[in-house]
Amino acid sequence: MIVELGHFALLLALLVAALQMVVPFWGAQRDWASWMAVGPPAAMVQAILLTFSFGALTYAFVTSDFSVRLVALNSHTLKPMLYKVTGVWGNHEGSMLLWCLILALFGALVALFGGNLPDRLKARVLAVQASVGVAFLCFLIFTSNPFLRLVSPPMNGQDLNPLLQDPGLAFHPPFLYIGYVGLSMSFSFAVAALIEGRVDAAWGRWVRPWTLLAWLNLTVGIALGSWWAYYELGWGGFWFWDPVENASFMPWLIAAALLHSAIVVEKREALKSWTILLAILAFGFSLIGAFIVRSGVLTSVHAFANDPERGVYLLGITVVFMGGALTLYAVRASEMQAKGVFSSVSRESALVLNNVLLAVATFVVFIGTIWPLVAEMAFDRKVSVGPPFFDAAFTPFMILLAVLLPVGSVLPWKRAKLGRSLRPLWIALLLAFAAAALVWVFQTGRTLLAPAGALLGAWLVMGTLADLWVRTGRGALRGKVSRALRLPRADWGRMVAHAGFGVTIFGIAALLAWEIEDVRTAQIGDTYRVGSYDVTLEDVRDVEGPNYLSTMAVIRLARNGREVAVLTPESRFYPVAGMPTTEAAIDNGVFRDLYVVIGDEQGDGSWAVRAFVKPYANWIWAGAIIMSLGGILSLTDRRYRVAAGARKDAVAVPAE
Amino acid sequence: MIRVLVLWLALAGAAFAVEPDEILDDPVLEERARELSKGLRCLVCRNESIDESNAELARDLRLLVRERLVEGDTDDEVIAYLVGRFGEYVLLTPRATGANLVLWVAAPVLFLIGLGVAFGYVRGRRDDAAPGDLSDDEKSRLAELTRE
Repeated sequence: MIVELGHFALLLALLVAALQMVVPFWGAQRDWASWMAVGPPAAMVQAILLTFSFGALTYAFVTSDFSVRLVALNSHTLKPMLYKVTGVWGNHEGSMLLWCLILALFGALVALFGGNLPDRLKARVLAVQASVGVAFLCFLIFTSNPFLRLVSPPMNGQDLNPLLQDPGLAFHPPFLYIGYVGLSMSFSFAVAALIEGRVDAAWGRWVRPWTLLAWLNLTVGIALGSWWAYYELGWGGFWFWDPVENASFMPWLIAAALLHSAIVVEKREALKSWTILLAILAFGFSLIGAFIVRSGVLTSVHAFANDPERGVYLLGITVVFMGGALTLYAVRASEMQAKGVFSSVSRESALVLNNVLLAVATFVVFIGTIWPLVAEMAFDRKVSVGPPFFDAAFTPFMILLAVLLPVGSVLPWKRAKLGRSLRPLWIALLLAFAAAALVWVFQTGRTLLAPAGALLGAWLVMGTLADLWVRTGRGALRGKVSRALRLPRADWGRMVAHAGFGVTIFGIAALLAWEIEDVRTAQIGDTYRVGSYDVTLEDVRDVEGPNYLSTMAVIRLARNGREVAVLTPESRFYPVAGMPTTEAAIDNGVFRDLYVVIGDEQGDGSWAVRAFVKPYANWIWAGAIIMSLGGILSLTDRRYRVAAGARKDAVAVPAE
Repeated sequence: MIRVLVLWLALAGAAFAVEPDEILDDPVLEERARELSKGLRCLVCRNESIDESNAELARDLRLLVRERLVEGDTDDEVIAYLVGRFGEYVLLTPRATGANLVLWVAAPVLFLIGLGVAFGYVRGRRDDAAPGDLSDDEKSRLAELTRE
């Protein structure tokens, strides 16, 4: 019964979305206030309906209602409760419902917090948002309906894929979807502004928090996915340049560019049409990502169970929305008059350069991702584009970005004197080189990678401190400290995020340069040396888990005779899904991870053991988390909070 | 997204990539084999190199690479041999020949164009304000000070 109600709510949500698409839009065209006023309540109702619908599906999963096809295919009574819940979005249909729900929730947020938006702009934003909703709800209902029943329900389900029964991956999709779908908000604002024919500083201020929210969730989502791959795949890789990863990375890069250009719109009323274009493209890449991931067009050799019909539909959505928005852009963009003037040496110029670098970096990922397809269709050439290409083609732009970032962030708006602005950075540069030299002296290896990573990382972090130094003005230290505490949170956000970028860069370089790997067979009781650690295979035994069987090894790690950790890597078998998984065991540390994996038993009774020392691995994700914290800080900046409640303030305190 | 990832992993299985029995006794040769393996595609996997993959075929290819190296092939000869047998699809680094040139030069070219356009834009936005003007930062500082 509840499932049918959920299904009904879903259909109703589609109708409400259609209403929300047409009525406020027409009202805005005709300037009919009552029609425009339909937008916010419709957005709220749509969100409530989809929340209920999602709740109904979750209920079906939690109660293991195997008469629902989706539940039968993706759940099992023995599965732990956490994974029954996360199993809701661990499949195509459920994840699309989550996608639609988040889309509607964003619309509702605009309805709730958009009090200071002009009525007409708000009506148009909600209408555009609803049009995206209509497209995806149709997609969901007509090609991937999660509520379909089975005529003869099975006794038990087919289980969620064991690899998904993991906290890292369980929460990876919601973050990613908030990111992908959050960019639809920037898109809606951009299209509404194009219809309106007006972009001003206020628009920049409205569009930025949505982009920020989307971006910081993408950051967390990507970091979670990467971290999961690191500990779950059994050899500690953290990034594979896989089409699926690239699909999330492209919107992240473009959103990062958009974040920066929206500041220029807000503060200086320049870069308007470019910012609009970025807002459109950012969501475009989200759509392309959804297409890549769900159509299976790029999975080549193996025809996975991806439905071509779905692919065609998603391609249709992408083409219609991008085609429509870009056409509108071509017609209207020239009306965006830039006001702000600035000299060639200024923060504006630095942000333009930032945008060029991020946009080109996105393009590298894009062309590398689709090239196999293009080459096969257009040139009849079957090629692979793998990590070596991306490493070579993408990295230079990131290095350039990292080199220029501290310079850009200390430049004042409008007009800068290079010599004077850069003065505080000289010390940062000196310290960065000192850090690189230190690394160079102490490392035993021969690569330049680690010193270069240390140089860039330290340069970014020190540059942030120089930024702080400049922002707090002149005078005694006490005055500086108190001024630092009163800096706008957006400034703190910027500094924290930039420092996080430095931490990630250093982490990647250090891990790649200094990783030690050891693969061998060991008898129980054997001790051998990996790096500066003594590895002992103490025992291997069979263990039974709640829904799996496991071969667990006990491995002791010691350094200079002192025990560091006892790790228990497993190799599991999930009988219901008929699938084996490798559970690496990791001793996490600030300066290194110790990472061990147990393999198969060899003919002579020994075991294959793989052990790694992974220096600074955690810095990669720590940097990403710091970046997203920067995003959160920036999101709580006074100007957004004040703007959100502006009307109330104006009434309460008329004197201000 | 997950589905695809998972299917890809499901193919991989639980064993791990380079097995102990594959490793060559000569550390120099082994190092070369590892480096080569990182640039070769496991043909039945998604974007995985034979160095990372647990698939049977990846193991066969790894053994093949090592065999050739032991027989005295240079790195280039090994690659040429594999391309001869499996086509250029086996290379994770696409060759910069023919149409593939587009792939390699597209980003640098776009970067130069972007720089050019940006430069033109920035020049076009140059102001002629007197150098004595307060910068925005100074203005906001001033506003902050006068408010106190």
